[in-house]
Amino acid sequence: MTRDAIKDLVLEIIEDIDEDADFETLQADKPLRDQLDLDSMDFLDIVMELRKRHKLQIPEEDYPELATLASCVNYLEPLLADA
Amino acid sequence: MENQLPRIVITGVGLAAPNADNLKTYREKLLAGISEISELNLRYFGNAPAGLCNFDETKYRKKKENKRGTRAGCLGVYCANEALADADLSIDHYKRSRIGVYVGLTEHGTVETENEVYNISQYDYNVDYWTHHHNPRTVLNNPAGEITMNLGITGPHYAIGAACAAGNASLIQGVQMMRLGEVDMALAGGISESTGSFGIFASFQAQGALGSADDPRNACRPFDLSRDGIVVSEGACIYVLERLDSALARGAKIYAEIVGYGMNSDARDYVLPFHERQAECMELAMERADLKPEDIDIINTHATGTKQGDIEECKAIRAVFGEAPDTYINNTKSIIGHAMGAAGVLELAGNLPAFEDNLVHPTINCNDLDPACKLPNIVFDKPVQLESVNTILNNSFGMVGINSVIIVKKYN
Repeated sequence: MTRDAIKDLVLEIIEDIDEDADFETLQADKPLRDQLDLDSMDFLDIVMELRKRHKLQIPEEDYPELATLASCVNYLEPLLADA
Repeated sequence: MENQLPRIVITGVGLAAPNADNLKTYREKLLAGISEISELNLRYFGNAPAGLCNFDETKYRKKKENKRGTRAGCLGVYCANEALADADLSIDHYKRSRIGVYVGLTEHGTVETENEVYNISQYDYNVDYWTHHHNPRTVLNNPAGEITMNLGITGPHYAIGAACAAGNASLIQGVQMMRLGEVDMALAGGISESTGSFGIFASFQAQGALGSADDPRNACRPFDLSRDGIVVSEGACIYVLERLDSALARGAKIYAEIVGYGMNSDARDYVLPFHERQAECMELAMERADLKPEDIDIINTHATGTKQGDIEECKAIRAVFGEAPDTYINNTKSIIGHAMGAAGVLELAGNLPAFEDNLVHPTINCNDLDPACKLPNIVFDKPVQLESVNTILNNSFGMVGINSVIIVKKYN
């Protein structure tokens, strides 16, 4: 999966959680939680959706890697290389 | 003694019923006997008559919150906000820490658990796919808690579990907490999301107690010889309760005063009701209200359309009200189905406008009255106009032998 496709995947999952989420001004290197209406339970939803869609088992110690859109892409790129 | 306690009044009503999303429309449809029971397709089970609510689910909170929470929470948040608006009451009128939220539930968590088991069945029952939302969605205080989160209420919130007597029971809890001075205002009522559970339908079916008909609007037939069971409905109704003096001080519209209540237990069977305890429960409520049977203008019956349940309640009413020729009787479930934990409060709400229009709304779907259910003054098909309506007695009974009765009086 390309970096762009991974970005789209993450945004699609966030949109599923909150269809009112506004990505217009979203800055890729700033924490998603500071810019969108997301809390810790929503991040667990992101983890669950990645598990359901791509059988990814993300260990709890890696959750901070999902903090920003850019860090999501960096972290998921090798995991989704064959997806 | 009872008269020395603070007097508690209903000053706002918010509701979602299977035929209306506000009291005015609801009353109009009850008077006209308009049922909107429809056919629902349930996972594993198939089709069954059911009462489903149409209301503006995103009027008071975002779609995201509805996804996060439960259907019961969604219904509750809508009704609590509607009740406050109806009461013309800002949430800041009372200290938020002095507001209590008491929600009656027949059951909670069944829907969420069934859904989650189905979800993991799609992943070979691997529990890694079990949602982290399961616990906060299924704790029993969930619906009441969702109301407090939505409105920023920091007083107590909890659920009253009393099977299908729960709606009345939560009103009673609200009255008691107000009288004890624990809170200054209460949001009290009942909620049911039971139509989301195939298991509830299947269990009634297995018990031979699920209502049926070619036209789902005819499936709930209390007192009719052909009745064959319950029609499961979702729904909710939340009341604003205030002390009379506080309500008068702010010039509130007063729907009714809660003047009496009773609760007791059959102590004998898991599902079969028992007329003697039901009669005692009505007598207890009247004693507290300092009223006699002949003082009661309307009885809203609990009758759900089951063979034995309807007969037991009629026996109880006959025993208590045999000498009360001017007491009129109706049944709201015939029109809206059985809204479980919301039944008592929704049915009371449907009758409250009688204090203004002096009408008794009808019971529908009874074309062949069971002689065992024969009572004087059951109102069928068309509303009855009375000279005046000053008191309503509301029955609500539940499984495992729990009975509840509320009496409200017109405030003059």
